[in-house]
Amino acid sequence: MAVPVNATRGQHVWYWCLRLICATGFIFLIGPIVIIVPISFSSGSFLSYPLPGFSMRWYDAVVEPFPWMFALENSLIVATTVTVVATALGTLAAYGLTRADFPGKPLVFGLLISPLAVPLVITALGLYFFFARIGLVQTHIGLIIAHVVLAVPFVVITVSATLKGFDWNLVRAAESLGAPPLAAFFQVTLPLILPGVLAGAVFAFVTSLDEVIVALFLSGPAQLTLPRQLFTGLRDQLDPSIVAIATLLIAFSIALLVVVEVLQWRSARQRSARAD
Amino acid sequence: MNAPAGIADGRKAGPADRSLEAKLRRAERRRSLNAFLLVAPLLAFIVVVFAGPILSLLYFSVDDPKLAEVMPRTAQIVDAWDGAELPGEEAYATLVEEIRTAYKARTVAAAAMRLNYEISGFRSMVMRTGRKIRRITGPPYKEALIGLDERWGDLAYWRAIKASAGPYTTRYLLAAVDLQRKWDGSIGAAPPERTIYIDYLKRTFWISFWVLACCIAIGYPMAFLIATSGKRWSRFLLVLVLLPFWTSLLVRTAAWVVLLQNEGIINDFLLYGGIVDEPLTLIFNRTGVYIAMVHILLPFLVLPLYAVMRNIPASQMRAAASLGARPVAAFLSVYLPQTLPGLGAGCILVFILALGFYITPALIGGAADQMLSYLIAEFATRTGNWGMASAIAILLLLSVAALYPVYRGLVRGGTFRFG
Repeated sequence: MAVPVNATRGQHVWYWCLRLICATGFIFLIGPIVIIVPISFSSGSFLSYPLPGFSMRWYDAVVEPFPWMFALENSLIVATTVTVVATALGTLAAYGLTRADFPGKPLVFGLLISPLAVPLVITALGLYFFFARIGLVQTHIGLIIAHVVLAVPFVVITVSATLKGFDWNLVRAAESLGAPPLAAFFQVTLPLILPGVLAGAVFAFVTSLDEVIVALFLSGPAQLTLPRQLFTGLRDQLDPSIVAIATLLIAFSIALLVVVEVLQWRSARQRSARAD
Repeated sequence: MNAPAGIADGRKAGPADRSLEAKLRRAERRRSLNAFLLVAPLLAFIVVVFAGPILSLLYFSVDDPKLAEVMPRTAQIVDAWDGAELPGEEAYATLVEEIRTAYKARTVAAAAMRLNYEISGFRSMVMRTGRKIRRITGPPYKEALIGLDERWGDLAYWRAIKASAGPYTTRYLLAAVDLQRKWDGSIGAAPPERTIYIDYLKRTFWISFWVLACCIAIGYPMAFLIATSGKRWSRFLLVLVLLPFWTSLLVRTAAWVVLLQNEGIINDFLLYGGIVDEPLTLIFNRTGVYIAMVHILLPFLVLPLYAVMRNIPASQMRAAASLGARPVAAFLSVYLPQTLPGLGAGCILVFILALGFYITPALIGGAADQMLSYLIAEFATRTGNWGMASAIAILLLLSVAALYPVYRGLVRGGTFRFG
C-alpha cells in the first residue's frame, strides 16, 4: 500500500498517521522481547542500560542444577507426556468428529473445546478438589492429566481443520483395495494429515510448557516447573538469571514459530492442491 | 469405510429397493457409531476430569454441611426454631452437650469457622466456650452458658446458628453479589464492610473493557497494514505479531517488569532524556496492568482480523472511491462491514481471556488492580472459604458464558489461523 500519486494533503496526513500508529504497535509488541535479550549478557546485576560489560555469568546460574535445570527437566517430562497423550486422544476424536455425523455432535465438540473458555483459575481449583479426593495432588501424573485437559482442545481444533480438506475417497479406495481400517488410517490418512497433527502437537507442547496457574495449584516442590519458578522469581527477587532463562525461552519460541509456519504452509499447500 | 455396496444396481424396482434402503440406513448407523466410538475416549476423559470437577466445584457454593455434621441435633433444633426470641432450655442443653463432645473430638473448629462467616468473632467465642465447657455441670444450661459468655444470650448469635444449620445455603451466592438473607428470610443489602464483590466484578469488566479498547485502537490499523502491504512486508509484519504470540506469557511479563520498574529501562530513558524529573510509577498500579495485558492480548485481536482482511480485495476501496465516495464513507460502508466478523470474534476472544486474567495483575498490579480470578484464588488458598471461592467462580463463569454464544456465532463463518 502506497500513497497514490494524486493523493490530497489530507490523504497524506492520514497515510502517515496510520503508519505512525502501526509503527508504535509493532514496536510495542516486539520491543520488550528484543530489549531484554542483551541484558542477559550483562556483567552487572542491574536490569538496565547501559550495560557495564559482557559476561555469561547469568547463564552459569541458569545451568546450575537447582532451581532452573530441575524445573526445566520437570517441565520437559510433563510437556512431552502431555503432548503424546493429548495428540493421540485429540487426533482420534477429531477423526471421529469429521468422519460422520452422530446425534449431539455440536454439543460434544463444544464440550471438548470448553477448557479453552473456562478461566484457568476455575479449572485449576476444580481439578485441585478432584485430585485432592483421589490423591493426585502434588504428583507428576496429576499435573500431566491437568495439562492434557488444557492442551487437547488445540489438537482437536487443529486436526479438525486439517481434516476438513481431506478427501475421504482415498480411505474408501484403500479399503476397497482390502486395507483394514487401522491400516488405512496409518498408511493413508495419517501421512496426509500429518502437518495438522504435528501443529496440534506443538500447540499441546507449548500449552503445557507455558502453563503456570494450574501448576501453582496442583504441584508440590517435586513438580517445580519452569513457569512456576519464573513466577516465584518475578514475585520474590528479580535477578538477571530470570532474564537469561527468558532469553533462552525466546530463542525456543522463534524455533517453534519457524516449525509451525512450515507445518501450516505445507498443510495449506495440501488444501489448495485439493481445491484445484 | 462402509461405502454402500451394490449402489450401482439401485435401479431394480420393488422390495429390493427397500432392502437396499434398509442396508444403507444400517451402514449409516454403523458409520455414526464408529465415529462416536472414536470420540468416546476423549469425551469420557473430559467429562471425568474436567466437566465433573468443575460442576462439583460449583456445588460448593450451595453446599453447607459443616455445622450439621459437627452438631447435628443443635442444627435440627434451631432449624425448627422460628428465630423470633431466644430458644428454650432444650436448645441450650443440646448445644452444651454437642460443644462438649465436639471439643473433645477436636471437630468443633470446623463448625466454629462456619459460624464465623455469619458474625466475625463467633469462632473465638465458640472455641473459648469449648475450653470452659467443663465448668457447666448441670442444668439450667441456659443460665450457665450465658454465664460463660453473655453473647449466648444475644439473639443475633442464635440466628447465625440457624442460618448455618444447612444442609444447603444461598449465603455464598448472595454474598457474591453483595446481598444477604436476613433471619426472617428476606433478602437485603449486605453490611458495607462486606460489599466488595460487586466492586471486583465491575473492576474486572472495566479493566477488560479498556484493554479491549486499546487492542482495537492499535490492532485494527496493524491488521489493516499487514493485510494491505506487499507480500514480503506482510510476511515480516505478521512474524512481528506471531513472535510475541508464541513467547511464554511469563517471559513477556518478566520483560515488562524489567522495563517498567522504578529503576527500569523506561524510567532511566525518561530521566536521561530529561523528560521527567523523578521516576514515574509504572508498576504495581493500573498503568502497568493495562500495558502488560494489552501486550499479551493484542495478537488475539490482530490475527482473526488479519484473517478476514486479507480476503477483502483492495480494488473494492478503489471502486468506491471512483464512484465518488470520500475515503471515510468508503471505509465505513465498504471496508468496515466486511471486517466485522473478524473484529467481533477477536473482540470477544480478547474480552473473554481478559476476564479470567490472574498472573499478570498478580505480578504487575497492586492491591487495587486485582480481578475476580484473584479473589477466587485468595478464598480458596488463603482463607479456605470454598463456598465463597465457588460462588465467585460462578459469577466469573456466568460472565464468560454470556459472551460465549456470541463468539460461537461469529466464528462459525470464518476460521482462525494461529500460526
